[in-house]
This record gives sequence, structure tokens and C-alpha cells, in this order.
Amino acid sequence: MKLDSKIPEGPLAEKWTKHKFNLKLVNPANKRKYDVIVVGTGLAGASAAASLAELGYNVKAFCFQDSPRRAHSIAAQGGINAAKNYQNDGDSVYRLFYDTIKGGDYRARESNVHRLAEVSVNIIDQCVAQGVPFAREYGGLLANRSFGGAQVSRTFYARGQTGQQLLLGAYSALNRQIANGKVKMYTRTEMLDVVLVDGKARGIITRDLVTGKLESHSGHAVLLCTGGYGNVFFLSTNAKGSNVTASWRAHKKGALFGNPCYTQIHPTCIPVSGDHQSKLTLMSESLRNDGRVWVPKVAKPGLTAKEAKNIPEADRDYFLERKYPSFGNLVPRDVASRNAKMMCDEGRGVGKTGLAVFLDFTDAIKRDGKKAVEAKYGNLFDMYAQITGDNPYEGPMMIYPAVHYTMGGLWVDYNLMTTVPGLYALGEANFSDHGANRLGASALMQGLADGYFVIPYTIGDYLAGISQEKVSTDRPEFKEAMDKVNNTINTILNIKGKRTVDELHRELGLIMWNYCGMSRTDAGLREAKGKIQQLKKEFWSNVAVLGSNNELNQELEKAMRVADFIELGELMVDDALNRTESCGGHFREESQTPDGEALRNDDDFSYVAAWEFKGENQPEVLHKEELNYEFIKRTQRSYK
Amino acid sequence: MNLLNGLKEATNNMKITLKVWRQKNNATKGGFKVYPIEHVSTDMSFLEMLDVLNNDLVRKGEDAVAFDHDCREGICGMCSLYINGKPHGPQQTTTCQLHMRSFKDGDTITVEPWRAKAFPVIRDLVVDRTAFDRIQQAGGYVSINTGGVPDANEIPIPKKIADEAFDAAVCIGCGACVAACKNASAMLFVSAKVSQLALLPQGKPERKERAEKMVAQMDAEGFGACTNTGACEAECPKGISLTNIARLNREYLSASLTSYEVEVKGGD
Amino acid sequence: MNWFTKLLSSTLGRKVLMALTGLFLILFLVVHLIGNLQLLHSDQGQAFNIYARFMTTNPLIKTVSYVNYAIILVHIVWALLLTIHNRKSRGPEGYAVTNGSSAWTSRNMGILGTLILIFLVIHLKGFWAEMHWGGISTVTYDNEVYKDLYTVVDKAYTMEWYVAIYVVSMIALAFHLWHGFISAFQTLGLNHSKYNGLIRFVGRAFAIIVPALFALIPIWMYLDK
Repeated sequence: MKLDSKIPEGPLAEKWTKHKFNLKLVNPANKRKYDVIVVGTGLAGASAAASLAELGYNVKAFCFQDSPRRAHSIAAQGGINAAKNYQNDGDSVYRLFYDTIKGGDYRARESNVHRLAEVSVNIIDQCVAQGVPFAREYGGLLANRSFGGAQVSRTFYARGQTGQQLLLGAYSALNRQIANGKVKMYTRTEMLDVVLVDGKARGIITRDLVTGKLESHSGHAVLLCTGGYGNVFFLSTNAKGSNVTASWRAHKKGALFGNPCYTQIHPTCIPVSGDHQSKLTLMSESLRNDGRVWVPKVAKPGLTAKEAKNIPEADRDYFLERKYPSFGNLVPRDVASRNAKMMCDEGRGVGKTGLAVFLDFTDAIKRDGKKAVEAKYGNLFDMYAQITGDNPYEGPMMIYPAVHYTMGGLWVDYNLMTTVPGLYALGEANFSDHGANRLGASALMQGLADGYFVIPYTIGDYLAGISQEKVSTDRPEFKEAMDKVNNTINTILNIKGKRTVDELHRELGLIMWNYCGMSRTDAGLREAKGKIQQLKKEFWSNVAVLGSNNELNQELEKAMRVADFIELGELMVDDALNRTESCGGHFREESQTPDGEALRNDDDFSYVAAWEFKGENQPEVLHKEELNYEFIKRTQRSYK
Repeated sequence: MNLLNGLKEATNNMKITLKVWRQKNNATKGGFKVYPIEHVSTDMSFLEMLDVLNNDLVRKGEDAVAFDHDCREGICGMCSLYINGKPHGPQQTTTCQLHMRSFKDGDTITVEPWRAKAFPVIRDLVVDRTAFDRIQQAGGYVSINTGGVPDANEIPIPKKIADEAFDAAVCIGCGACVAACKNASAMLFVSAKVSQLALLPQGKPERKERAEKMVAQMDAEGFGACTNTGACEAECPKGISLTNIARLNREYLSASLTSYEVEVKGGD
Repeated sequence: MNWFTKLLSSTLGRKVLMALTGLFLILFLVVHLIGNLQLLHSDQGQAFNIYARFMTTNPLIKTVSYVNYAIILVHIVWALLLTIHNRKSRGPEGYAVTNGSSAWTSRNMGILGTLILIFLVIHLKGFWAEMHWGGISTVTYDNEVYKDLYTVVDKAYTMEWYVAIYVVSMIALAFHLWHGFISAFQTLGLNHSKYNGLIRFVGRAFAIIVPALFALIPIWMYLDK
């Protein structure tokens, strides 16, 4: 298989404009003859569904939650980048492009990232017009802040809940189209397979989560806007329902999976408190602006936040400040996360689990007063107290890294189409724009860029080239796919084993976290592969799922998702094994500089690893899309 | 914040008795079942405690208790539960952010689904809140298409107005207001969206039509009338203010008296 | 449905009707109170009896009084309609445990209103019906004959049970007003951070002072024997 990224020729800044002109258009009167299926209603899905319906296409949208408004984009806190340069501080489309490429450790496509930076400005206009209440200055104009170590203030925000406001904006646009009859919305409905007819994606199989009824839906194109797969780690900052099932089933139907091992680990999360933990909560990384990260110089197992103030200054190791004097506590996410892990691996972690480091505000409170600290971080401190039961004004916070975002995803070309014609992937579900590491405030930007401003153009090019004829869901392809899904469900229900879905999921998460998390070794990954294969056997022979298919059965839903996570986990390990370099969120211990920093290998790994499914229990086949850097010179990141 | 003063020593050995509403589906009658649960940690969230219960039930061969949840960080609005006579339990937060340290060793906790005609029970503690979506579809938007909009800074909005609109816009659509209200009224929910868009210049052109259509849909769904008890505001995990309800009243009344006739579906 | 019936049949429109009729009745209370205060003149009821005749014969006042009856009726009927609607809105199953976070008065306007209604029946039968159709004795001031309602009232207020009912009813009224006054403004959307404090203060003061004065009169007259 030859991967054709369809990157347009020409100067970087003109690629998208030229490409838009060269794309075929669908006549306005003909748009109503095409049906588009959109799976997922987060930023990418809701914006795509609304925009396509506005153009005149008939859209069917699906989400597993009870309302499209609940998609996990809603939980994004910080903000959304846009190259508006409202602050007159030297920002530009090119600078946003450059920062994103560099932040991604030179593992993203230049053309895609430049397009993302270009349309970023339109996103803000669009959201404001919808009534999204962004933060404003007293003069009535939009406020910005600098985010994630950026040198310019280009982040637009809505208090600490930017994702919520942006999603509600997209949701409102979606609602308008539902009311207009242009979008038919299916809630509490989970996609379980893609249906291919003559090699093209022409429909999906869904399960109504309330009645268990399996249904076929046909369309001219299928858009997967189903988010990331961080929950393969069981504990992550993702919502409990976030899953890889749609992407994974598409992968098994021929869509290549790009860079599955690229995972972002966020340094400032609330540590795990016990075996009962069901998910992790992220706190804004702005905390690192004033908090100092430390552990005791000599291991003190079980050290609590209350006892921390008894540790004299001389016995504390402010390890980020020590190792990275110029960036200090503000090193990028991957560096901060990795170093916290190293401290805990050395046994110097704190708290009852030993898997935490201190984030100390004592100096900030001394310097600026408690009031000032409260004004800046009050809501975060409250959230911390609510979850941990510790008062962060009196002792230091404890933090530990947690899985937050997955840069990998379905491989897509410049038009966002996967390797299956007519099957698209948008937002976090695709692999495209963040390379090996995502910059803060860029996820929201990408989701909305794909949905509002990319897919409405690129889908026309595909649809204009295929027949308007609808395919019937009575075709054997649909029946076959539905039978397969039905079999899977019955198989799971008939195992009647001893182990709960959560138990098995936890076990998978632990394997992934220990061997395919913040740092990876060849030996560890090989061990993980064996363990995952073992776990897969255990799942298919000993999972306990009660009840039937014909009812709301949350255990069954979880079981099907976990089954897919297990398979994905193995592919992530394969991908991590293959990539023997360190880059972005991927740290291979074999590839480091003499002083222990990540060492990228551009000569051997300047490519997108796209994996092809070859059949159950068959090794997947690697395809490489070379990344050509025509416009940017690559450098090694350094934060010393 | 008061919760900082009330922090208790952590333990992982509380005994709790749960009285949980079980109902197979909407067509069958439900009832309470009692489940003792041991070794509850104060650090657990309420939903994690239910996870523990469910895993125990499955191991014993009993059906797990169905409940809605997703983000577990207090923003998606999917979790619900009427806990000891209050939506989202004793604290003014979402159930997913409620921790077991809010309870005492030996407590009996009664867990019920949201109760409203417009929120029929689907199973156990899961209810159908699509009525909220239909109300939003009736007019909770600004009618603009993607593209062709003015530059974001062409519409200056006074900070105070933007902030007030934001305060209304933080609604997570969980339905606690309906659950708390003795009339199962959805006024706080509807008023939050109407307020947000009535305050902002972007929402002005459709302001009257929006208020009329959303109220008509709210009535058609079978929610009760507001009697200004203020229970919704007191229980709203996002602190949405009753001021919004007053604004909705004003918007609706003035729209009824001055709007051009519009096609409105619904109504009693 | 035209726009007006649509407005009145919506839950918001019904509430507006409750608020408007409520506010009218609040005004009525003031007028009624002014009349009642005539009972406290030490003139053997002359001022009160003149006032009573004026109120029952002046054509303008008579018209207003019919409007008043209608408004009381609307207030009651719409309250019933709303209560039935609100009861149904809870759905087939209620809560097993409730732990209300709202004021008791606000949740029990129906009960308070019913108490006031019962009082109204007793009150109308005792005085208003007497005045209109009862065989009431007469008095003469300045060669004009007046119905002596004062004596009817004066006699009624010698009975402890009557005074007690009156006082209890005024307490019910106070609670009803405690919520109703402010609530009416909220329902009409008359809400602004600059005036909310004033509305709240006046509402609370009104809810205490007006029923207290009403209740004071029978107590005074009872004690003044």
C-alpha cells in the first residue's frame, strides 16, 4: 500500500488556498442528495455535523452519551490558540505554525499544521458569532493569555472552562440543524462497525444502548469524530465513556492507524488515592507558574503534605529548577512528567502511594500574599481540596502525571480521509496535526478547525466524484457486519466468567502505564506484549458480563470497549517497540543524551508510522509516510 | 471556602448502607434494594463507591446498578442521583465530585433517580433527559452559518455583560434544578440559555422568538411552573442564579406582548 | 390559539396572572386596612359605619369591588390549575426522601392560600353578607340612617374563637405575603440588582406590618371591653 498524503504542491502559505480552489464542488441543489454519517459530537463532530447540514447535506449524527453536549471536549479547561495577534506582540500564522511544529517535536506534517494555524483565526470569529462568552477586557474586546510556555499571548479562554463553552457553541449550531431537520440525532447510540461497499465506507452498524437493538445506517461518507484513546491506560483524564471502538473497528476494516504510541502525559494531575480510583483529574498547568516542584533529597516513604513543612530547605530537591535552570518549573509537559516519574522511581516520591511529588506554593504565598494566590488559583485549590481532602493553602499540593491526550489516531491524508475511501477522521481521532507532542490550547483548535473549516471543503471533492445513488441497508455487506457484531456480543455474554470488566481494564491500564507510558524500553515493551496477549486470552475466556443484549447493559458496553482497548494496547506496544528514538511524548530509554535528555533520531524516524491490520491475531504491517521538512529547519529541543 | 474547614481524617474503613432504587426498565415497577457496603474509603468519590458496589454485585452474579456518568470531573453534566433527599447529595456540587468523606461511618444513604414526568426512568438510576435537548433545539442558538461572520473584535461587549452571560452559560444541563424543584420546573435551565443569549448582542435579533419557542417547548415537555422557591438555585452545582429566571420571565412577557406572530410548536 | 390565550395558557403566563392578581390583592389589603383602622376611632363606630356605607354604595367603588371579587376568583382558580399541573409534573413516582433546601413558605403557598380562603368565607359570611343582606340594625348620624356594621364587628370580636381565627388567619396571610410579594416581582421579571434590595425590604416589611395591623384591631377591640 502506498500512502498518499495528498499534500498540495506550492509554497506553504498558499497550499490550502490553492487546494480549496482545486477541490471539486457539489452543486448546491445536489447536496441534499448526499447523506453523511457523523460519529461523535464533540468539537470536531458537532462542528462538522452542523456545518455540513448548513451546506445542505443530510446528516445523521451519533453519540453514546445521553446528549451531544456531554462529549468530552466539554472538559477542556485552558483555552484555544488563534493567530489573531490582537495583542500586538508579534504573533502570526507563521509563528503559530512554527510553535506547533516545534512543540510536536518535528513529527507533524508542515502542510497540515500551517492550515491549522491559518484557520485558527476563523474559529474565534465563528465562536464569538455563536455567542460563546470568551473572556474580555474592560474595553469590550477579547482578552488573551499566554499558555503552555508560549512566548506570545494568543490563547482565547472562557475562565477555566473553554472547552465547555466552545462545545456548547458547536452544540447550539448542531441543535439548529436538528430543528431544521437537516441533522437526525441519535443519542445513547454506539457505533460498532463501519460497512464497506465496493471498498468505500458506505455505512455503520450501531447499537441502541437503551434497547440493545442493532441498526444499520447507510450514507455516502462516514466521519469518525470519536476522540482519543487515553482510556487504554484505564486511569486517564478522559471521561469514563471515552473509547477507541469506532476507530478500532474502522482500523480493522482497513483504515491505517497512525503513530499509536504517541501519548501525552500531563504533569499536574491529582495523584491516585487508592485501588478504587476510577479516573484522574487534571489541574491547569498554569499552577506551575507559581508552584515549585520538589521531593525530599533522601527518600521518606509516606511523607504527607502536612509533614512537608518540617523538611528543612536544605533537605529538599527542587529537581526541575536544579536540572533545567533556565526553564525551571516551566519545562514542557513531557519533561516535567518524565522527571516526576524518575524521582518516584528512585523511591523519593511522596504520599501514601509514593507516586507523587510536591507542588509547593509556600514561596508564592509569602511573596504575593494568600489573597493574590487565591485570586489566581482559587478554583483549582478548591477542586484539589474537594478531591483530596487536603488544604493546599497549608501544605503543598501533591501531583503526579496522568495520561491526557493521544496524538496518534487514524491515519488521514490532507483531506482528512483515512485509507478507506469515504471514511474520514477528525479531531483527536486522527493523528495529523500534533506530531509527537501537543501544545497546550491546541486540541480545541484542531477539533474545530477540522469540523468547521476543513471537512466542509474536502468532503465535497470526494462526494462530487461518487454516485449519488444511496445504498440499501438490505445489502449483504450490512447484514454481514451486523451478524459479526451480534456474534461478538453473544460471545461476550456467554463467557460468564469470574472477572469483572473493570478488573481486566485496570490490569491492561497498569501494563500500559508501566511499560508503554512515560518512558519505554525494548525489554519492557516485549514483556508488555506478552502480558497483553495473556490478558486478551483471559478476557475472552473469563470476563463476567451479566444480563442480556436487549436492555440498557452498561457492563456489556464497557466490555466491548475494553476488548478493543486490549487489541489497541498491543498495537501501541508494537509501535513503541519500532520507534527506538525518543521524541515528544515518546521517551525511549535507549535513546537519550549523556545527561539523560530525550534524543530524537531524524535520520531513521522522520516518518509517520501507519499500521495496517492484517487479520485477527496476525502481526500488523508498518507503512511509513516520510515527513519532509521543506520550510522548517529541525533542531533538538533544549530547556537547560 | 467552607469545605476546607470541614476536612476529616482519611480512613478506608467506613461501613455504609445503601438504599438504591432498582427498576428494570420504564415499563416495570421499581423499588428500593438495600446493600451494605464495607471498607469504604473517605477518599472515594460517590461514584467510585458505586463502582465498588457494582463489581461486588457482578461477582455475586447480580446485575450492576445502572447510573449515568461520564467525565467525572464535574463538567459534562451526565451524572445525576438524588442522594439523601438532595440532587447530587449534600454538597452543592455534582455527584461525581462528591466524596465519601461527606458521610459518616454507619450512615444509610438513600439513592433515587431524578423524578420528573419529563425525565422518565430508563433503568435503575438512569433517566431520559432528552427533553432538555429538545428545548435547546427550539431556539437555544444564534442562527448563523459557519463562515462569513464578522471579525471577533468587531462586536465589543462590555466585560460586565460578558461576565454575566458567562455566569448563565456555565449550565451543564444535568437537571438538578428539575430534580430539586417541588414542581419539577425547568425554568432555571431554560433561563440560563435565554439569559446568555439575551445579554449578548449576538443573541439580540432572535431574542423574542427564542424566549417564546423555548418556553413553549418547556411546557410541551411537561415540566412544572416556577413558584420561585429557589430550590433550583440552592442545588445547582454551577450556582446559576434566580436572576436568570426573572430575566426569562421578562423576556417571555415582553416577547408575548410585542413579538410578531411566530409559528410556535408545543404549548399545553 | 391567538397570542393572548397562548400567553395565558403557558406556565409563565399563568404565573404572570398569579402575580398581577396577587399584587392587586396586595393593594386591596391596603385599602381594606385603611377602612378597618376606622374601627379604632373612639366614636362608637361612626367613622367606620360611614366608611362601610361609602364602600357599598359608591358606584365606582362597587365596580372596583366586583373586579376585586373576580380577581380573587382568578387568583384561586389559577392557583388550583397551576398546583394540579405542578403535581403532575413530578411524574408517576415521588421521592422517598426529600431534604428541602427552600423556604417553607415558598413551598406551602397552596396551604397558606387555602387557610386564607377558609378565613375569607367566614369573614364574608360574618360581615360582608350581613352588610349586604343581613337584618342589620341601623344608626343615625346627622339625620342620615346608616347600617350599624360596627356593632356586628364589635360583637364578633367579643368571641375568643373568632379573634383567634382572625389572628391565625393573619399569620397565614403574613407567611403568604412573605413569599408572595417578592415572588410577584420575580415572576413579572422586575428584577434588577439596584432595586432587588428595596423590593425585598418592602416585601418583608409589608408581610409583617399589614397582617399585624389587621390582627391588632380585633385584639384591641377584644381587650378594650
